[in-house]
This record gives sequence, C-alpha cells and structure tokens, in this order.
Amino acid sequence: MLSVDNIELFYGQVHAVKGVSLTVNAGEIVTLIGANGAGKSSTLKAISGVHPTKAGSITFRGEPLQSLPAHAIVGRGISHCPEGRRIFYELTVRENLLMGGFLLSGTTALERLETVMELFPRLRERLTQLGGTLSGGEQQMLAIGRALMSNPALLMLDEPSLGLAPLVVEKIFQRVVELNQGGLTVLLVEQNAHIALGISHRAYVLETGRVILSGQSADLALDERVQKAYLGG
Amino acid sequence: MNARSLGLSTFYYLGLLLIVLPFLKGNTLYLPLFFLALWTLRRTAFAGEQNRTFVRLRARVDRAVIGNHKPLLALLLAGAVALPFVSSNYLIDVFTSALLYAILATALNITVGMTGTLVLGFIGFYAIGAYTTGILTAKLHLCGFWTALPLSGLIALCFGLLLGIPTLRLKGDYLAIVTLGFGEIIKIFLNNLDSYTGGPNGILGIKKPTLFGWGLDSLPAFYWFCLLCLVVEIIIVARIFASRYGRAWVAVRENEMAAAALGIDVFRRHLLSFSLSAFFGGCAGSLFAVKQGFISPDSFTFLESVMVLCMVVLGGIGTIAGAVAGALLLIVLPELLREFALYRMLIFGAVMIAFMIYRPHGLVGSRAIALEQEDSLHG
Repeated sequence: MLSVDNIELFYGQVHAVKGVSLTVNAGEIVTLIGANGAGKSSTLKAISGVHPTKAGSITFRGEPLQSLPAHAIVGRGISHCPEGRRIFYELTVRENLLMGGFLLSGTTALERLETVMELFPRLRERLTQLGGTLSGGEQQMLAIGRALMSNPALLMLDEPSLGLAPLVVEKIFQRVVELNQGGLTVLLVEQNAHIALGISHRAYVLETGRVILSGQSADLALDERVQKAYLGG
Repeated sequence: MNARSLGLSTFYYLGLLLIVLPFLKGNTLYLPLFFLALWTLRRTAFAGEQNRTFVRLRARVDRAVIGNHKPLLALLLAGAVALPFVSSNYLIDVFTSALLYAILATALNITVGMTGTLVLGFIGFYAIGAYTTGILTAKLHLCGFWTALPLSGLIALCFGLLLGIPTLRLKGDYLAIVTLGFGEIIKIFLNNLDSYTGGPNGILGIKKPTLFGWGLDSLPAFYWFCLLCLVVEIIIVARIFASRYGRAWVAVRENEMAAAALGIDVFRRHLLSFSLSAFFGGCAGSLFAVKQGFISPDSFTFLESVMVLCMVVLGGIGTIAGAVAGALLLIVLPELLREFALYRMLIFGAVMIAFMIYRPHGLVGSRAIALEQEDSLHG
C-alpha cells in the first residue's frame, strides 16, 4: 500500500533521515521504534509532506507522493496525527473534529463526525468544550478522532502514548487495534517499544536515521538486541 | 506582599498620579483625599471578591452581556446612528475618524487576530487605497467615487497578493519586518512619484460623493455613510469568521503543522486572509481620501501602523468587537484629553500600560475567555 524508498531528510544542516526504506501493506499495523532522534517522527513528516525530503521516493497506492504538498496528500487517504497532539486549543471539540474533515463536503463531514463520536463517546460529551480544556487522554482521543475525520486508508500515529497514564495508554491502543480490525492500516511511531511490538504485525527499528532491524513484531520482541536496547531486558 | 505585586501596585499608583495630576490643576491638597478614596474603593472591591453573592451576581451580569449580545448590539447601533443629533460638529468629526480606524482595525484583525501573522506596515494598504481614489477622481478625473471605492480595495488587494506571494512563507518576526519595509516603501514611492501623487504636496480637492443625488458632504451624512461601511464590513467578516474558512484561519494560527496535516493549505489561508485585510484596508483608505479631501504621504507614517495594531491588541485580539472598541478608545480618548495638552500623551501611555496589566486579553477579551467563564458557571 505504502512504500518508502531510500528517503533523505534534513533540518537545515542536520541529516535526520539517512536512506530509510519501508513498506506498509493494507490491513497491517506497522510500527517504527527507536530512541529519541532516531528519525521516526521525521519519517512520518516526510510521508505526510509536512517536511520536504531531499531524495528518495514515496509511493502510496501506486502514486508518487514526494512532490505533493501536505494538504494534497491528506486527500489521497493518508492522515497524520502529529506528535504532541497539537489540537486547536481555542476551537471547540466539534470544531476541532470538523477541521479534520476540512476536505470533505458539509454533509459528509457531519456524517463522519457521527462515526468518529461513536468511536470516542467521550468526545460527544465534550462536544462544546474548548480543546484546551480537555485532559491529556481526551486530547489524544481528539487528535486521533480528528485525524480519522478525513476517512483515511492509512493512519499515521506519532507517539500517542506521550505523557499519558498507563491506563489511558492501554485504552487508546485498544482503540487502535479495534480500528485496525475494522480495516484501517496503521503506521505507528512509539517510544514505548513494549506496547508497540505487542499490538503491531511488523516493526522497523530505527537508529540515527537508519533502519537497523526489521521483521515480524513477535520475532523482534524476542530479539536480543531489541530487548537490550528498548525493552529493558 | 511579594516583590512583583509591590512593583505592580507602585506602577499602578504612579500611573494614576499621572492621570489625576492635570485634573487637580495645582490643588495638591486634594491628592491624599483622592488616594484615600481610591484605597477604600479597592478595599471594598476586594471584600466584594470574597463575597459569594456578589461574585455570583457579577458572573450573571457577565453572562447576560456575553450571552445576549443581540439587544446590546442593537442598542449600540442605535446609539451610533443617533449620535450626530446630539453632538457637536467637532465630535462628529472625531467619531468619523474613529469609524475609519475601526474599519481599518477590523481589517487588520483578520491577519493579526485570526491567522496570527504580525503585520507592521498595514498603513501601506490604507495609503494605496487613499491614493487610488485621489488619483482616479481628483488627478485624472477618470471616474467618480463609487467606481473608485471598490477599485481602491481591489488595487490594495493586488498589492497584498504581490507582497504576500513571496513573503508569507516567512514566519513571525521576519514577516513583520518585511511588512514594515513595505509600509515605508509605499511612503517613499508616494513622496517621489511626483507626476502621479503630487509628491510631498499630496493631492488636493478630492470631492465628497453624492448618493442618489443626496450629497454626502455634510458631516452627519458622511458619518452615517462610514457607519454603514463599517457595519457592512463587520457583517462580511463575521460571516467569514463563523464559517469553516474562519475556523481554518484559527487552526493555522494555533498550529500550522497540525493544520497542514489535516489537509489545510496553510500558505493559501495566509494569502487569503492577508489579501482580504488589504482589500478592506484599501477601502478604508478610499473613505479617508474623500473625508479629508486632501491626502499627503505624511498621513501614512509608521506611527499610524502602530496605532492600528494597538487598537487590535488593546481591544482584544481576534475579536471584531475588540477591534472596534480599540479604535474608539484610541481615537476618542486622546481627543477628550486634548485640554490637558502637555499631559495628553502621558495619560494615554499610562492608560495603555494599565490595560496591558489589568486586561491582558484586551478590552473585550477573546472568545476563549468568554466561553471559559460560561463553563465555570455551568460546571
């Protein structure tokens, strides 16, 4: 479904992604794990077009993406839920969600709003509240709900567990698994390697901008190097 | 009392001293009395703050004002329409310029308030609008005011696009500096393009228009016309703010990356709000030209840009009511203080500082605050 081939990404002089290649097949949960600064988030930014790549190609359903601007990529069916939630504090929950459906027509957006609220009933309760007044977990649900508004085929989640209590993290990942069972393909970036390997089908391990390991998540979880570096074993 | 609040209250009393001094006109004997009265007032206010009935009552009043703004708006509008019947020609003139600045501040609020881009040379668009009208009607006699008004807006919009396409990719301070340069460049052009703009001498004899044979040259008539223009502008801008385009602007202001990741073309949103601002700025300039009948580059200095920005910030950034209130405050207040001649700007400055301390969100405050107040009442 998505194939990323040898992409290079720079922040000014800093070479953040050094020739990362990966594939995501339809119906999978694929996770990228690695330490801070390994280039996980940068890879997602390259795919969603938020940050330009210097070299390499990104193909989604047979169509090259690397030359498209970010707003056009959303229309192709990729939704990026950025790191740190980044919800709009001064808009209400409803308005936040509707912004997620910015590319949809009015009636489709409202239908989609219903679907998303069924997924996250908590958001329905908070509909008229300002985004900034939600708790951390609710904000993360809102961020995911907002990303789902465009009805994507591929959802890219960047560190959904960031700054949340373990119980809330569990709840959110459970929802991600349910979404995946419903047919959504997920590309997940996560610091918490344990939980990420637990729910994903395949995984890539990134280190200083390169893929150093990849394979079935279950196998990687048993891999000595991964255990040592990321699972505290 | 910690050092910060001590500093604040020193500042507060000093500011008040500056304000009160000219009123006393030498009767320093009353000064201690005044401060005693003030101190008592603050004490009572503090006691009121502790009193739950009082707090609840005040909250209810706040909510009534925020919740039912329709009757309030109607009342304000009626007052504005009735103003020329009860005030002197001088006051009508002052309020007419306040209306022009309100149009300008509402326009600037689209970029500064809604999309969060700091624009420092906004007066450049005002100048373009004014000179377009001046040149078309008084210099070249190509058309009347009614054609010149929309043309002024459109030409300002074109300049907005020309300036925006290369520069709106910049962020924050950098963009502010570029727009500052733009305002100055416009002024230099106006000073040096003698054959079209009359150079430093400006353009004379711009006639006031007639509407269906009814001349707009009397002061009240022109006042009403400006009021009408402001109302039309407010309706347009309010409709846009309430639409998904307005929400997209807020989204861009709050987080550009998240907005881009949701499918919003950030650059285009910036360009749209910037050129819309420029359009209304140009229209305001056109009105200014016919109001004065004479324009010269001196009317379009950097100080004016700063004034308009102050109106937006003081009134309450991001709200239409704030922009209008800010314009009224900053134009009418210095006029009312005119009899204190020397102290005028001093008082003006003290009031501005007091505002930033006691109402950091501006006179009207942002919508977020209004909603938060409501929330705290319900929950």
